[in-house]
Amino acid sequence: MRAHGVGLIAATALLCGAGAAAADGGEIWVTNEKDDTISVIDVDTLEVVRTIPTGERPRGITFSKDFSRVYICASDSDSVQVMDPETGEILHNLPSGEDPEQFVLHPDNRRLYIANEDDAITTVVDTETRQVIAQIDVGIEPEGMAVSPDGKIAITTSETTNMAHWIDTETEQLFANTLVDARPRHAEFIKDGTELWVSSEIGGTITVFNVADQTEIAKIGFEVQGVHRDRVQPVGFEFTADEARAFVALGPSNHVAVVNAETYEVEKYLLVGRRVWHMAFSPDRSLLFTTNGVSGDVTVIDVAALEPIKTIKVGRFPWGADARP
Amino acid sequence: MRAYLTCAWAIVLRETLRFVNQRGRFIAALVRPLVWLVVFAAGFRAALGLSITPPYETYITYEVYIVPGLCGMVQLFNGMQSSLSLVYDREMGSMRLLLTSPMPRWWLLFSKLLAGTVISILQVYAFLVLAGMLVGVVMPVEGYLLALPVLMVTGLMLGALGLALSSLIKQLENFAGVMNFVIFPMFFLSSALYPLWKMAESSELLRDICALNPFTHAVELIRFALYGSLNPTALGWVVLALALFAGLALWGYDPARGMVRRRA
Repeated sequence: MRAHGVGLIAATALLCGAGAAAADGGEIWVTNEKDDTISVIDVDTLEVVRTIPTGERPRGITFSKDFSRVYICASDSDSVQVMDPETGEILHNLPSGEDPEQFVLHPDNRRLYIANEDDAITTVVDTETRQVIAQIDVGIEPEGMAVSPDGKIAITTSETTNMAHWIDTETEQLFANTLVDARPRHAEFIKDGTELWVSSEIGGTITVFNVADQTEIAKIGFEVQGVHRDRVQPVGFEFTADEARAFVALGPSNHVAVVNAETYEVEKYLLVGRRVWHMAFSPDRSLLFTTNGVSGDVTVIDVAALEPIKTIKVGRFPWGADARP
Repeated sequence: MRAYLTCAWAIVLRETLRFVNQRGRFIAALVRPLVWLVVFAAGFRAALGLSITPPYETYITYEVYIVPGLCGMVQLFNGMQSSLSLVYDREMGSMRLLLTSPMPRWWLLFSKLLAGTVISILQVYAFLVLAGMLVGVVMPVEGYLLALPVLMVTGLMLGALGLALSSLIKQLENFAGVMNFVIFPMFFLSSALYPLWKMAESSELLRDICALNPFTHAVELIRFALYGSLNPTALGWVVLALALFAGLALWGYDPARGMVRRRA
């Protein structure tokens, strides 16, 4: 009888912990690669409230620092589109070079670093003058893009050369190239720009670099129970506000890994939709939205409880995501 | 009225005591769904996730899907077992004792039914606690609460089916027949193990049979309730089936007309 009572208490405690967190407003913008649209999700109601047409094959998406503009990589239109998020109207196109896939906005809120997948080039565009400032030769099929918080270093990862290319943003020249595992897709700086994380889709790993001397600190591997390791393909990843944890999208394994950013150990795997690639936090960082390309939906993860709570249908092949308040 | 309640209370108490004292039966009632959950579900784990069907709001593993179906299975087995105990009572003569009660026969039957349902609900909650602790399948709090009235309705329905059947069964040995021709078909031809769209992939006819099976609706009613929502269609079907089976049971146990008289 006593053991039974303990069991009940344990179950009740479990239940209370699973209560869903209520997020504090805002919107998530998701690009639909096959539909040439953006789906806008309301963070409070978790429903699609707007669908906005874009150029062809929209992939990377990011808001300006003041959220007055949204930049969209319209890959098959060979341009970066600048949209007014209030009206959904496309204001103008930026000269991006061919087939822009991902990009990153420099902390100066002006320079946009764009990976041109088909041209093995990183293009730097001034968003105010709408001029190309520089074009930097990098490895084949560049994709992942990152800028350090102080704005001094930009990173391009090349999917076929399997390298992270380090760009000095003052000279717009490469100053280092470091090898990573096969098909690097995404890069992010953390810990005040002292660490760089790069995900390798085919290699199935994340490589962590010490930014000061570009040496490898750690390599994170993944293993989802019941899923063949070839399907475990890390692509996008995002950090919690305190940078204690990373969420890593594991592609066709349909899982997101929760990684301890201090110990580099995987803590948990969360089941989401089919072929998850990129993610965005709600503005208050209590919810995480994953883009599931093949199932055409977005899974919402409760960040505190580490539980998927809902999956929302969007357009065909959702790719990139970003949030605005 | 008080006499009615005393009578019902006595029967419920007797059945509950009988159940609690039969430790073997209690353990068996828990082990059966747990074997399905831990062993059977392991083979279909669906690590890549099952598609979303209401009431689920996101992708789930097979273990999560199968739990409400197993709650239904617990009640189905219990309903049949209660009916078995009636056959036993009849064979052993304790039914004669019960029938000497001044209460009307329908009330005695209803009390028996209620007793079986209470026991089945105890089993379901014990199973849910174990499912949460062993496999980590945890429902929202409101789900555990809403499940209580729903399990009452589904338990009565499956118990009434057992009662109706027990009026047809002459001997204890025939329980094997009940297993073969009632429990297994009802369980397998339902949404307990696979969602109906999965059935439709192999055969539309199979799907239609499953959709007519009252056990499917009992399972769906439990499934929605465990996630804090009511499925009115399933509730309608279950209540309809309850009325039908209860009617059959009353007819079967009516000494003037039913099956009991002909055999007596």
